[in-house]
Amino acid sequence: MAKKVLIVDDEANIVAALEYLLQRSGYEVRSAANGEDGLREMERFAPDLVLLDVMMPQLSGFDVCQRIRERPQWQGVKIVILSAMGRDADVSKGLSLGADAYVTKPFSNAELVARIDALLAGGGAPRTA
Amino acid sequence: MLQGWVIVAASFAYLGLLFGVAYFADKRAVAGRSVIASPYVYSLSLAVYATAWTFYGSVGRAAHDGVGFLPIYIGPTLMIALWWLVMRKIVRISKANRITSLADFVASRYGKSALLGGAVTVIAVIGIVPYISLQLKAVSNSFTLLLQYPAVSAPGDPAAVPVLQDNALWVALTLAAFTIAFGTRRLSVAERHEGMVAAIAVESLVKLLAFVAVGAWVTFGIYDGFGDVFARAAADAKLSPMLSPLEGVAGGYSSWAWLTILSMLAIMFLPRQFQVAVIENVDERHLGKAMWLFPLYMLAINVFVLPLAFGGRLHFPGGAVDPDSFVLTLPMFEKQEALALLVFIGGLSAATGMVIVETIALSTMVCNDLAMPVLLRLSSLRLGERRDLTGLLLGIRRGAIVLIVLLGFLYFRLAGEAYALVSIGLISFAAVAQFAPPVLGGIFWRRGTRRGAFWGLLAGFLVWLYTLLLPALERSGWLPIGLLEHGPFGLEALKPLQLFGVAGLDQTTHAMIWSMLANVGVYVFVSLLDTPSAEEHAQATLFVDVFRREGEGTVLWRGTASVRDLHEVLARFVGVAAADAAFREHAAAKGETWPGPGLAADAEFVHFVERVLAGAIGAASARIMVAKVAKEEALSLEEMRRILDEASQVVIYSHRLEQKSHELEATSAELRAANERLKELDRLKDDFITTVTHELRTPLTSIRAFSEILREDPRIEVAQRRKFVDIIARETERLTRLINQVLDLSKIESGRVDWQLERIDLKQAAADTLAAMSQLFKEKGIQADLRAPERVPPVRADPDRIVQVLLNLLANAAKFCQPGRGRIEVGLSSAGDYVRVDVRDNGPGLSPAEQSVIFDKFRQGGDTLTAKPQGTGLGLYISRHIIEHFGGRLWVESRLGAGACFSFTLPVERAAAAA
Repeated sequence: MAKKVLIVDDEANIVAALEYLLQRSGYEVRSAANGEDGLREMERFAPDLVLLDVMMPQLSGFDVCQRIRERPQWQGVKIVILSAMGRDADVSKGLSLGADAYVTKPFSNAELVARIDALLAGGGAPRTA
Repeated sequence: MLQGWVIVAASFAYLGLLFGVAYFADKRAVAGRSVIASPYVYSLSLAVYATAWTFYGSVGRAAHDGVGFLPIYIGPTLMIALWWLVMRKIVRISKANRITSLADFVASRYGKSALLGGAVTVIAVIGIVPYISLQLKAVSNSFTLLLQYPAVSAPGDPAAVPVLQDNALWVALTLAAFTIAFGTRRLSVAERHEGMVAAIAVESLVKLLAFVAVGAWVTFGIYDGFGDVFARAAADAKLSPMLSPLEGVAGGYSSWAWLTILSMLAIMFLPRQFQVAVIENVDERHLGKAMWLFPLYMLAINVFVLPLAFGGRLHFPGGAVDPDSFVLTLPMFEKQEALALLVFIGGLSAATGMVIVETIALSTMVCNDLAMPVLLRLSSLRLGERRDLTGLLLGIRRGAIVLIVLLGFLYFRLAGEAYALVSIGLISFAAVAQFAPPVLGGIFWRRGTRRGAFWGLLAGFLVWLYTLLLPALERSGWLPIGLLEHGPFGLEALKPLQLFGVAGLDQTTHAMIWSMLANVGVYVFVSLLDTPSAEEHAQATLFVDVFRREGEGTVLWRGTASVRDLHEVLARFVGVAAADAAFREHAAAKGETWPGPGLAADAEFVHFVERVLAGAIGAASARIMVAKVAKEEALSLEEMRRILDEASQVVIYSHRLEQKSHELEATSAELRAANERLKELDRLKDDFITTVTHELRTPLTSIRAFSEILREDPRIEVAQRRKFVDIIARETERLTRLINQVLDLSKIESGRVDWQLERIDLKQAAADTLAAMSQLFKEKGIQADLRAPERVPPVRADPDRIVQVLLNLLANAAKFCQPGRGRIEVGLSSAGDYVRVDVRDNGPGLSPAEQSVIFDKFRQGGDTLTAKPQGTGLGLYISRHIIEHFGGRLWVESRLGAGACFSFTLPVERAAAAA
């Protein structure tokens, strides 16, 4: 059974690219355009991994990350933050909130997919940017 | 019917009330919550100037002389205008030197001279006795009159009444008792009487109230207002001459001028005025308010004098009633029982206030400047060795109070009846005027010396005795030596009322001219010939330069003393507790403790003890006492001068230092502010870079992702491939737009924009812009309209830039319109010299908070972290810059939920405006 990935990003074009990329890699993909929708989708879709943008209307990616980690049943869900904010402080904040990886935009497709593959295969992939 | 006991009971009740006020104020003062620390209380206490003389005598004088009573009140009003210059200096000096009285002030200024202090005291006591007798006379007369209510008659000759049945004696004794209670319950170090001041302030209110009440009643009750009283007076043959200002005054202009000068000096140098204005002053700044409050009081208490005088003369035409009693007899005649009693209380109030303050001030002088120096010098009394002298000090003061009041009574018995109230008062005024040369000279003229002051005072006083007091006594029949008629030894030139043949002046003016001439002449002449001692020189400098020397003053002493001896001396006069408190305070100021080994009996310490002691027993006595325990080495004049010069150098240096440190503080504050600004700018720059980076990365992300997809996967369908390429193209445009705007921004902010100037038809420009955006509007289902008048005046600006602004505003409107039901309206109008463009949408509107930041860089309302920018966030910022560059204004009006309207104005092209 295909692993499930949820994309939470408000940039439609980036969502389109990510959907294409991940579907091509064999994942089942859904997307949400803001943090609130993202959390709703978590309930319904029960993904194995979430790709989180940070700058979004209403709930930011950091907020969503925190909420996910607060829920016991979502402890196993992998979180990859995907953000245009690339300062060290941003990265460490994301990781400290419980994200498994922090990838800065723009990203390399191959690298991102490799990261996701690694996280979903072993679960023990390195938590660095 | 007014029974005697009612009057007496009312009087005692009133005095009891005053005492209660004083008691309360003293309690509060001890608790540290002073009730008199107010410029209003201070000003009211100054009104102790208005005595029974004012209360009854002004009307008496006005009944004879018309406006002739006025100089007594014009003088103080003029003088108080100079107080900031003169009185503030006296107050400052007195506080710095712990001056206890007028005599102490003069003694202290002229080298702490016990002789001079004693002379001032003697003159003051002799000079003031008639004045006190005047108060007794007023109270006693008014009491006698009121007793006969409702009959109105003149009081009989007091000499005909046996002494013990003379109610003036009982008045005198009662007042003495109250004064002792008010002023000498305990010995204070600073010689201040908060309770007394509070009582005096109340007393001033009561007498004003009573006088205004009877004045208003006569003017508006008996007569029909001021106009009516004056009209009736003018119609009366005897009264009409009094209506012209100078007609009724003997001596005319010169008399007016001298009376004014006399009362100018009296308000400063009457012992009671010096007491309330200087010694009891809590805060120098109160002087500022008193400068207009006190004249106001003078005005209020004088408004009804003329109506009362005329009313009295019209009511009692025969002259059977003494004009000095009109204030009381008018209400009595009209059967106004309560008003008559109120008037009596008012007069009593005025008299008691004067007697209390005056005798307290005089008793302090008698004790500190007359009795103590003499007693301390009498070695047979071994006073210097007695352990506690506070009881003795209080005893002397109490004795002095009784003595002074009884002297007043004696004068009343001897001379009281020969003179009207006002004339008696003027005798006292002339006596205290003698203090003006040594005091005023003392604070402004460094050369004035002790001998000059002493001989000047003596000369002035002798002339006063000869030309004012002697005639007063002779007239009352006690010195029937024919001086007035023939002069001494038959020398006509020395006749007391026409000295050296000068005639045609009224008595007071005559006496003033001669006594002042003698006083000032001798003072200046002797001072100029004299060589002052070192001590005198030092004191003169301290007094004259008081404003230049801050703080406690310079120490001019050299010698040896022991701390224990000093403590013992101080404790003897002020009590052990007060001495301990003073030592502790001084020790604390030096960073030491008392008792403790660190306190050294250096010059500064000796000086400190002397000053504290001076607060209790006066400067001259304090000097004597300290000299007994501290072995002093004489300082030469040269050394004294050097110390003073050094001290002023130190003052100058410390002023400069202070100035420099203020400058430094200011500079470092500026630096801190500049640093804060730089930090803020740095933060803004960081934010800017972060935001720009984010804005650049977002489209780049899409571009990179899709180009990698396209590169890696050649098998993508054509339709999808085209879709991806479209996205890449759109995101590239977005990137380009952003970069252009950032460049625009940097050009605008650095002022390097190449502005074009052309005539623009805004209606055409708006129509063109709407047309260019019609495709977008159609896609979003927005209906856009242009409303404009037939013709819009042209403006002058850069057409591309204006279109840029219009595009930006329309794009914003489109962005926020309700999807599918959007409406945008562009309105043009011209108002005055401006054309106005409104772009209105039906979107969600903006909160006030959003409106305030929306024109900032990269701000689109809300938090940048959660509010996804749907543009660059630079459009409005740049637009506003553009519009303002062309002299217009860009702003937004909006309510949350009711759409937004962005408007801008541009000035009409000048040529067109002129046409």
